Amino acid sequence: MVFWIVGLIPDLATMRDRATSNVKRVVFGTLALGWRGSARHWHRYEVASLILAGLSTPLVLSVHSVVSFDFAVSVIPGWHATIFPPYFVAGAIYSGFGMVLTLAIPIRAAYKLDHLITMKHIDNMAKVMLATGLIVAYGYGMEAFFGWYSANPYERFMLWNRMTGPFGWSYWLLIFINAVLIHVLWFKSVRLNLKYMFALSLIVNLAMWLERFVIIVTSLHRDFLPSSWDMYAPTKWDFMMFSGTIGLFLTLFFLFMRFVPMIAMFEVRTLLPEAKVHVPRGHDAHGSGH
Amino acid sequence: MHVSKDPTGLYGLMAEFDSAQSIVDASIKAVAAGYTKLEAYTPIPIEELNDIIHKKRTVLPRLVLFMAFCGMMTGFTLQYWASVIEYPLNIGGRPLATWPAFVIPSYELTILFAALTAAIGMIAMNGLPQPYHPVFNVERFSLASSDKFFLVIEAADTHFATDQTGSFLQGLGAKGVYDVAY
Repeated sequence: MVFWIVGLIPDLATMRDRATSNVKRVVFGTLALGWRGSARHWHRYEVASLILAGLSTPLVLSVHSVVSFDFAVSVIPGWHATIFPPYFVAGAIYSGFGMVLTLAIPIRAAYKLDHLITMKHIDNMAKVMLATGLIVAYGYGMEAFFGWYSANPYERFMLWNRMTGPFGWSYWLLIFINAVLIHVLWFKSVRLNLKYMFALSLIVNLAMWLERFVIIVTSLHRDFLPSSWDMYAPTKWDFMMFSGTIGLFLTLFFLFMRFVPMIAMFEVRTLLPEAKVHVPRGHDAHGSGH
Repeated sequence: MHVSKDPTGLYGLMAEFDSAQSIVDASIKAVAAGYTKLEAYTPIPIEELNDIIHKKRTVLPRLVLFMAFCGMMTGFTLQYWASVIEYPLNIGGRPLATWPAFVIPSYELTILFAALTAAIGMIAMNGLPQPYHPVFNVERFSLASSDKFFLVIEAADTHFATDQTGSFLQGLGAKGVYDVAY
């Protein structure tokens, strides 16, 4: 959130300076905080952005590790697993890229952003998805292996139930997508085909939803006491909650797209030929890069 | 930035340039000519300009490091105080100061303090929010956030003389030189 707002400040200043009405000028002017783009401002701004980027990188690892610890500290078979932190982090990157593609491909087509979100970006995102997807698939393999190798009857039962029990379909669909179907990303013709990539991103979102379903439902519906065994069926509140979260996200996302720049304007500007700088030797006080 | 008022009512002179290279060259020459109170306004970050004009780098990273350390200590002492001093619980004879369990909240507070310091510190050290600044009085300055580059030499500079400084800026290849009023 902080990173996002800081990233918007110079663009809000641009919108203030281009405002066509007084209302816009006042709103964007207030939000831009009086940004002038002086050399001193930019210097502090770039340093702060670098620090924030550096701080949020380990946060990606810690957030998912902490969530996975919430599972791992329980005694429920299928949750009490040390493989969770790395496998959740890889899964988060995998589904995160899937979700970004789900959003970016239609927006790119609707707003004709082909020159800003290039095929190279999509190709690279597909490669990251392939790599992290395979890490996730390895996680499934290790989960099954540990379940068997522990020789713990409850762990073995949980695994057997997960594969062949009443919710077996969800497990095998998950394995099919994340361990088998994902291999189509080895082919460049798939990575560079927007229709395939869009379909695949939706399938990946589905698979990562299934992963949560498998972890939570199949572990809980057969716990230690057979008297508490039951089947899970979503209630209407579950459906409303699920669609409500999607609705809330899309509402805020569309408002964001409507009112502030989707792609940081000042960062795109730095790619223009007018932005290139060469400083003669002896004037660059710190010998830093260009 | 402190804005010192000049009796002539002029904040300084502003020169407009078309590219990052031309403003960098102009800044080098202006600094070489002895001007010290000058500032460049650009639509993109040009890290070299800070080195040329201000020479000093910001202390922000050191401030962030210090606050990150404060965040870590806050997280750790809070947990230590709660579980050792204020409400010690004997759980199977385990030590009260179980530092490994304190690591995660300490780490989270480290990141929180550091991130807030980086963002708020950057804004505060830049003197923002600052709704008024003399440079906004120049009409062309609205392009400073789009595609034009501006160099301002303040009237408070000891080398400043309206005519000479004006022709000096023209000589640097400026596309226009404007008076900056208060």
